[in-house]
Amino acid sequence: MKLSGAEIFVECLKAEKVDTIFGYPGGAVLFLYDELYKAEDAISHILVRHEQGAIHAAEGYAKSTHKPGVAIVTSGPGATNAVTGIADAYMDSVPLVVFTGQVNRDLIGNDAFQEVDIVGITRPCVKHNFLVTRVEDLAETIKKAFYLATTGRPGPVLVDIPKDLTKDKTEFSYPETVSMRTYNPTVKGHPRQIKNAVDLILAARQPIVYSGGGVILSGASSELKTFAQELGFPVTNTLMGLGAYPATDKQFVGMLGMHGTYEANMAMHKADLILAIGARFDDRVTGDVEKFCPHAKVVHIDIDPASISKNVSVDVPIVGEVKNVLPELLKEIQRRGEKPDQQALADWWKQIAEWQAEDCLKYTQDGDEIKAQYVVEKFWEISEGDAFVTSDVGQHQMWAAQYYKFDKPNRWINSGGLGTMGFGLPAAVGVQLAHPDATVGCITGDGSIQMCIQELATCQQYQLPLKIINLNNGYLGMVRQWQEFFYQKRYAMSYMDALPDFVKLAEAYGHVGMRIEKPGDVEGALKEALAMKDRLVFMDFITKKEGNVFPMIPAGAGQNEMILV
Amino acid sequence: MRHTLSILMENESGALSRVAGLFSARGYNIESLNVAATDDPTLSRLTLVTHGNDQIIEQIMKQLNKLIDVVKVLDLGDHPHVERELLLVKIEASDAESCDSITRVSDIFRGRVVDIYHRTYTIEVTGGQDKLNAFLNAMQQHAVLEVARSGAVGIIRGSSSS
Ligand SMILES: Cc1ncc(C[n+]2csc(CCOP(=O)(O)OP(=O)(O)O)c2C)c(N)n1
Ligand SMILES: [Mg+2]
Repeated sequence: MKLSGAEIFVECLKAEKVDTIFGYPGGAVLFLYDELYKAEDAISHILVRHEQGAIHAAEGYAKSTHKPGVAIVTSGPGATNAVTGIADAYMDSVPLVVFTGQVNRDLIGNDAFQEVDIVGITRPCVKHNFLVTRVEDLAETIKKAFYLATTGRPGPVLVDIPKDLTKDKTEFSYPETVSMRTYNPTVKGHPRQIKNAVDLILAARQPIVYSGGGVILSGASSELKTFAQELGFPVTNTLMGLGAYPATDKQFVGMLGMHGTYEANMAMHKADLILAIGARFDDRVTGDVEKFCPHAKVVHIDIDPASISKNVSVDVPIVGEVKNVLPELLKEIQRRGEKPDQQALADWWKQIAEWQAEDCLKYTQDGDEIKAQYVVEKFWEISEGDAFVTSDVGQHQMWAAQYYKFDKPNRWINSGGLGTMGFGLPAAVGVQLAHPDATVGCITGDGSIQMCIQELATCQQYQLPLKIINLNNGYLGMVRQWQEFFYQKRYAMSYMDALPDFVKLAEAYGHVGMRIEKPGDVEGALKEALAMKDRLVFMDFITKKEGNVFPMIPAGAGQNEMILV
Repeated sequence: MRHTLSILMENESGALSRVAGLFSARGYNIESLNVAATDDPTLSRLTLVTHGNDQIIEQIMKQLNKLIDVVKVLDLGDHPHVERELLLVKIEASDAESCDSITRVSDIFRGRVVDIYHRTYTIEVTGGQDKLNAFLNAMQQHAVLEVARSGAVGIIRGSSSS
C-alpha cells in the first residue's frame, strides 16, 4: 500500500518507538501535523510556546533518559528559532532528531515565503543534516537520522522536509538496519593501547580519574564506580559529568575547573597520571593549557578521536565506548595481578586530605540575607538528593553544581558547552514528561528564567509540577562578578532593573508563586513546595545581591592559582 | 609544513560545503582545493592543500574523518605519490621577438599553446607547484593577462588504491 510522506513520517516515529515529540506547528508542516493528530494515541505531541523551548525540552528528555529527543518545527522562523537549541545539543553531545518543514521543492532557492536554508544554517552545529528531496528517500533518511544521533558520539541530526513531499505517495517499508560506508564508530578499545594504559596505571603514584559527560552518555557510571573503587584512585567530575560518580562517595574530590573545588584542581595539577574518561579538556577545565597538569602522563578514553590530543597532548589515546573500555582495562590489570604502589597512593590521599581541609566550599548562613548556597544545600537535603535538577547559566548554575550532590547519573541537566541562558525551564519540561512522578527542580536566576519564561504556559497545559527555584539576586550575577573582579566594579548592564513580580507572574500562568525573603523561611518554603505534588511552584528566593562564586580560577591562570574567597 | 590531503567523499550536494565550512569554522587554511567525481559517480575526490604543524594536520584529518559524508582521508605526503596541477595562462606578446620568447619558454616547461588571438597566447602547463611557479616567473618579462590554476591533484604511486 502506498503511504503519503506525512504518513510515512509518523510510521517511522512509531518504528523508532518515539512516545513524545516536542514542537510547534506552521504552514510547511501542516500535513505532518495532520498525521500526528491522527496518531495521538501512540505519540504525544507537546506544544511548547517557542521553538527554542521545543529543542531544550527534547534535550531534557534525552539527557534524563537514554533515548533520543525528538522535535518538529515549521520552516523559516520556526527553524531559525530552533537553532540555539540545536547548537546547545551539539556542544553537549545530546542525541536529538529535529524535523524542520521546508517550502515546496519547486520554490526552494526562490526566497519563498518562510524559506530559509536551514541545512546550510545548521551545518556547523549538527552531527549531520539532510534535505529530503524524494518521498522514496524519506524512511531511510529518518532511519539514518536516528542511527547517527544515537550512536558514536551522540549529537543532533536535522531532517528538512519540503511540504509537497509530505503529500506525495510511495510504498513504505522501514529499513530494519542501516549501514553507512562513511560512518562506523570505534566502540572497543585498541588492545595495545589498553596495555599501554595499564602500564601507566600500575606505575602511577599520584593518579586521578577525570571523568566527564561521556561517561553518562555511554551509560557507564557503574563501570566507572567499579573501576575507580578497584584502584582506590581519587575521582573528579566535570560539570557535564556530575553524577557519573557518586558525589557523596569518599573517593570523590568534587568538580574540577574554573569553579571546581580546590582539592580537585590541586590534585589535577600535582597528579602524575590523569585518566581522562569521556571528558574533553574544555578550556573551563584546563585554564591556561600551558600551565595545565605539568607533571602528568595522560590517558584519554573517548569515543571521538577528534577530542583526543585536541587541546592537551595525550600519552595513551584509547578510542572507544567508555562502557567497554573500563572493563577491558580492569581485566588487563587483573590479568597482570599487580597493583599500583599502595604506600604512594596512601601518601597521595594524605596530601589530598590537606587540600580538602581548606574546606573551599564553606559558607555561613548568617545575617538576614539568604545565601544562594544555603538554598541549594537545603533543596538537596529536602529532596533527599534524589531530584532531577535542571539549571540555567550563571552563578546559580555553579552553586547548583557545587552544592547539590548528585549520586546518580542523568540527574543533573544543564547547558555546559554552549552555556545557554533559557535552557533550564524548557529542559525541565522534557525531564518531567519523561519522569512524571519524579521531583524535578529548576535552579535558575532572575535573568535566565526570563529567556524562556513562556514555557510556564506549557507547564500549565500539561500539568507539569516543576519546582522552580529562582535564585533572585537582582543581577546578571555572573557578569557582575566578572565586572567586580576584572572591570573595577563598572557594572555595565548587569543590573536587572524592572524585574517582574515573579509571584504574580507564576499565578498569571495558573501556578503557585512564593516569595521567600528570610533565611528562616527557606526550609519551610521548600518543604511546602515539594509537598505540592501536582502543582508547579515558583519559588522566588530573594538572595544576597552581590554574592560571588568561589573558589575561582581566573581566566588565564593555572589550576593551582585558585582564588579561595 | 605544506600537506596535500586527498579526501574521498559522497558525491552529494552539501558535502563540499561541509568540508569547506569545517576549514573556515576551525580556522584552518586552504591553499588550494580541487574537486570532481571519480570513476564511481557516487563518490568524489577532493584534493586540498593546507599548511600546519603536525598537531594541526592531525586535528584536520580527524575532523574531516568525523564528517559523515567523508569516506576516507589521506595525507599524500605519507606515501610515494604523484602530484600535478594544471595552469592556464594568457600572455600578450608585444612584438615578434617576444612571440618567440614566449613559445620558447613554454617549450622548456613542456607547455602547450592552446589558443592564439591576435598577439595573445593561451598556454597550458601541468606540473608540480614549483614548476608552475617557476614558469610564471619566467614569463614575468611579458604581459601576463590572466592566470587560472586548478590546484593540486594527486594519487599514490603503485598498484594500491586509496
Ligand atoms: C543566551 C545567553 N546570553 C548571554 C549570556 C551571558 N551570561 C552568562 S551568565 C549571565 C548572567 C545570568 O544571570 P542570572 O540568570 O540572573 O544568573 P546569576 O548569575 O545572577 O545567578 C549572562 C548574561 C549567556 N550565557 N546566554
Ligand atoms: Mg541573577
